[in-house]
Amino acid sequence: MPEGFRGRPVFDGNKCVGCGGCANNCPARSILIFDVCQELRILQYVGGRCTYCGRCAEVCPEKAITMSREFETSTNDIGDAQQRMELFMSTCQRCGRCFKDESALEKLKLTGYRFDDLQNQRWIFGAGAYQENQPAVKDIFIEMDW
Amino acid sequence: MLKELCQKMFGRSLWVYHANSGGCNGCDIEVLNALTPYYDAERFGIRLVGSPRHADVMLCQGPGMRATARALRAAYEAMPAPKLVFAIGSCACGGGMWFDSYSVLGPVEKVVPVNYYILGCPPRPEAIIYGVAVALGLMEKKAAPVEFKQTELPIPRYHPEDLRRQGDLVIYEKAEKV
Repeated sequence: MPEGFRGRPVFDGNKCVGCGGCANNCPARSILIFDVCQELRILQYVGGRCTYCGRCAEVCPEKAITMSREFETSTNDIGDAQQRMELFMSTCQRCGRCFKDESALEKLKLTGYRFDDLQNQRWIFGAGAYQENQPAVKDIFIEMDW
Repeated sequence: MLKELCQKMFGRSLWVYHANSGGCNGCDIEVLNALTPYYDAERFGIRLVGSPRHADVMLCQGPGMRATARALRAAYEAMPAPKLVFAIGSCACGGGMWFDSYSVLGPVEKVVPVNYYILGCPPRPEAIIYGVAVALGLMEKKAAPVEFKQTELPIPRYHPEDLRRQGDLVIYEKAEKV
């Protein structure tokens, strides 16, 4: 197999948070999502028309999908290609309904890119300053109108 | 049983007929790549023939299309029994990326009965040779459906009915996972 060969995608149920980004991005609509009840989400990968494009692995925020190097997937039953995950969705502790997991942007804000982190602040708010090679100037004069 | 039957029926050289019912030509090139001297499927006796009347195996590429469905069906019926049909590529196996458009009927099994599926877009020549080897009973198939079930809720669940007031404190007794 050549370097960079993409085979069958492998789904890791322990890492998956059930955000559905893979199903949203699959060009062949090969990943289906069923919400059977309030707390249970079924994520089904129907392998038949998957083109191994790797977009699901690219978009997955938790890196729960990896493109394996398996190519020996020939079978006499098309059902052998499918993968299925039953996931509990976390619910709000007050209202009992599902809520969205924090997005990648919000996580970025929380780990190391906080408002009180003066060292990293310029990477967000002073992005123009970073490009203009004026690192410390705009840290002080932050405009408050965003 | 199917393995013994296959070995009995197709004990000698397989002659394959290669039918494209509207694919993008990628799978055709991979099939020809499997037959040409680099991978050399001809050492197993697999030979490409030009007419379905000479063939034992039909390799279908491309989805079942509205325009070519009758021709594909006629080619299938022209093959002498016993015959095998291989669906090669994700178009033939599941309808491909445009499975729901007007001119595509769906996977090729809506037109002809399919015995073996070789997945990939396009499948590697190794995958095609492996699929033929599985069909002939030379190798075991490795694909199996994967199922994952979470048996317990990953976070503790909040039960407001278990709150108990004790003086100034509110005690929450039940905090284990569900």
